Amino acid sequence: MNWTFFHKLGSPKWFYDISGKWLPWLQVLSLVLILVALVWGLAFTPPDYLQGNSYRIIFIHVPASFLAQSVYVMMATAAAVTLIWKIKLADMALKVMAPIGASFCILSLVTGAIWGQPTWGTWWVWDARLTAMLILLFLYIGIIALRGAIHTTEAAAKACSILSLVGVVNIPIIKFSVDWWNTLHQGATLKLTEKPSMAAEMLWPLLLAILGFYLFFTLVMVLRLRIEIISRERKTRWVKELVS
Amino acid sequence: MNAVRKQRLILVLLLLAGVGVAVALMLFALRENINHYFSPAQMAAGEAPVGQRMRGGGLVVPGSVERDTESLKVSFRITDGAGEVTVHYEGILPDLFVEGSGVVALGTLGDDGVFAATEVLAKHDENYMPPEVQKAIDEAHPGYTKPTVQTTAQSELRSLQDGS
Repeated sequence: MNWTFFHKLGSPKWFYDISGKWLPWLQVLSLVLILVALVWGLAFTPPDYLQGNSYRIIFIHVPASFLAQSVYVMMATAAAVTLIWKIKLADMALKVMAPIGASFCILSLVTGAIWGQPTWGTWWVWDARLTAMLILLFLYIGIIALRGAIHTTEAAAKACSILSLVGVVNIPIIKFSVDWWNTLHQGATLKLTEKPSMAAEMLWPLLLAILGFYLFFTLVMVLRLRIEIISRERKTRWVKELVS
Repeated sequence: MNAVRKQRLILVLLLLAGVGVAVALMLFALRENINHYFSPAQMAAGEAPVGQRMRGGGLVVPGSVERDTESLKVSFRITDGAGEVTVHYEGILPDLFVEGSGVVALGTLGDDGVFAATEVLAKHDENYMPPEVQKAIDEAHPGYTKPTVQTTAQSELRSLQDGS
């Protein structure tokens, strides 16, 4: 198998050059999608038969929860690439993704609590889904703290990669917690193998919001990664030429 | 892929497998403690502790809710399709407390098999639809509660049978 493509992809300069062209598209698309999805979902979809208007927080809660978990899976993938191929760009990606994932995780927990109060009757319960999600936040914070505690870049890369890989075991636990155990949290509405258990006029804005959140994440991640590339490669000739 | 990278790939896979197995064994050992509540069938089978604070959960049996006219006392039965338990509670019920819908109650199970709750939370399911759709379902199938109630009861029953 030819691995040159893989190594080209991992070149910071190549990524910096190509990602500059993506930025305007990402900015426009993520802004438009999130605006359309939220206005549609919050103002124009019908209320739920049981929960009335309080279910509308789903248009933020579900995309945020999706991202909180997806970002972690991406970090674990970057961690594996860092450990096996020692590609610097993967470690940079791992570093810049952690605070974004943590933010989505906090957003998911906070919107979940706000949703829980009017529907369940409580802000928080220690059921399997909520607890596993809180552990995910602690994993994010742990990875960020570990990076800050180690000063050599290579040592930090290795330590953070191992922690990210170990923590990925939590992701299937979050996903399947509502099937494996009795939880207060309801089961999944969007399923891979079955029809979603949501009326179509509510489903569309939700899917748009999820797509918009993914694009917004990509935008923030690319912006942060470009800054990280410049700062880590500041001694190379191409960066010196770029800034001069 | 060269030999060093292959070796590192194997190490990463071994790490993942090791952590996965360790966590799976831990969760398997703790499976009863991770459950947020006991189902009525578990309470009837004597698997739930009597006289200790714990949670019980199930679907409110339609027609079983009796409210005291003088106070906030209320009693209802909860079911999981395999067993039923009567719950006594005094206090304000959550807005989403509906017959046929799920609840999780915190309290103690007495020797008489009655669950004295100090807190009742409503558990809603993963189905969302506009009120008109629900109305149309009600009209098409009179006397038939939400289709989801039965699926929830069945899935809870299944998970119970799998667990025992």
